[in-house]
Amino acid sequence: MDIAFLWSTLLAILPGVPTTLKLTAISVFIGLFLALALAAMRLSGHPLLVLPARAYVFVFRGTPLLVQIYLIYYGLAQFSVVRESLLWPFLREAYWCAILALTLNTGAYASEIVRGGLQSVPFGQIEAARAAGMSRLVMFRRIVAPLAIRQALPGYSNELILMIKSTSLASIITIFEISGLAYKVASETYRYIEVFFVAGLIYLSLNFAITRAIQALEHWLSPHLRPAPATPLLNELKAV
Amino acid sequence: MPDIAVETRNLSKRFGSNEVLKGISLAAHEGDVISIIGASGSGKSTFLRCINFLETPDSGDVIVAGEKVEMRQRGGRVEPADRQQIDRIRSSLGMVFQNFNLWSHMTILENIIEAPIHVQKRPRAEAIEEAEAFLAKVGIAEKRDHYPAHLSGGQQQRAAIARALAMRPAVMLFDEPTSALDPELVGEVLRVIRALAEEGRTMLLVTHEMKFAREVSSRAIFLHQGRIECEGAPRDIFTRPPNERFAQFIANSAMH
Repeated sequence: MDIAFLWSTLLAILPGVPTTLKLTAISVFIGLFLALALAAMRLSGHPLLVLPARAYVFVFRGTPLLVQIYLIYYGLAQFSVVRESLLWPFLREAYWCAILALTLNTGAYASEIVRGGLQSVPFGQIEAARAAGMSRLVMFRRIVAPLAIRQALPGYSNELILMIKSTSLASIITIFEISGLAYKVASETYRYIEVFFVAGLIYLSLNFAITRAIQALEHWLSPHLRPAPATPLLNELKAV
Repeated sequence: MPDIAVETRNLSKRFGSNEVLKGISLAAHEGDVISIIGASGSGKSTFLRCINFLETPDSGDVIVAGEKVEMRQRGGRVEPADRQQIDRIRSSLGMVFQNFNLWSHMTILENIIEAPIHVQKRPRAEAIEEAEAFLAKVGIAEKRDHYPAHLSGGQQQRAAIARALAMRPAVMLFDEPTSALDPELVGEVLRVIRALAEEGRTMLLVTHEMKFAREVSSRAIFLHQGRIECEGAPRDIFTRPPNERFAQFIANSAMH
């Protein structure tokens, strides 16, 4: 094994990590708001809101991300309306096209996770909140959101992992994130196996960190799902 | 005669073609303990839930502490005209559910101080102090930092009673509070409810526990197919049932 080559490859690819993380962070952040809006539309019960939201999710879940990236990067520029719009400074950049595609995509998937989380809140606990005189806002903030988040977290961590991996498709439109840099090194050296082995290891460690972080968050948010605490020793001593 | 704490006038409710309540009028004076009894499907739970608008009555009035709840028509449906009025009235009515409905992500203490702090805007320290007193009163002081899932059904229901009491309600509403409990746990919950009745709290109690209804309530009403079939002081109507249907109902209940 050529440790020196693997090491130099690692050093060549590592500069792509910030780009990968930025692509993920920005699209996940904006996508979450999109997902909340879509989930709210789905749950509104109003056909004029439900149908567009369903159609959106159907289209973006049902087509490959790669196709969406091509359509946005190569397709949008065909329309003079787009070229003359205020958004053109963004949309002519491959970077923002990738972010747009990733955002629209994660918005669709995450909206289903959000919807599932909200629907999992037991109706009895909502009724108890109503009976206690909570306004809708207080009820959402204190009861519905905390319960929904705990329920949605495992599914959402899946989505985060998929997003980290999906950013590799941005390399197709000239973005030098992890995969883009790896492809560059590989085509210069023809040592595809070693180079993409290193790239894979980097993705693996990123996702390992994310998985552990979410697990810790889940544990911290779910004391009510853990076994009952033993009676503190102090109390028992007091009782004697 | 004491003031009227809660009153319904000609309350009606239907689910689709099923007329569940057909004009129920009832006045609970302060200190009254009113048992609402009847076969399942007689509308007794729906009636209780209409009082704090967990169900919206189709017609008729609900008057709480002299304040009439304003309703309006909208898109062919009746709804409360003022949500804030509903929220205010709800926080003056302590509701205890059949399935406890404690908030599962909060400890028992957090469940109890939640509405006093976030609805009634009372100081946290005061809410905690009062909550601990209520927990001691219902006999689960040592469970304050446990989560609902760690408690037995009877303990959960006693916690739910403490949660309702913490809002300092003018009236307590009990919706079949022992129906979801194992038989050996029913007694501990009934003891708490009995103690509240003896304190002179105004309570409306939907129940299947005939013996208990007879012992604690100042008045019992018997619902049949959405109407009040008969009502009166338990010692009168249980010993000399004023109508045949009620006589049959208590005879059947006694067998179980």
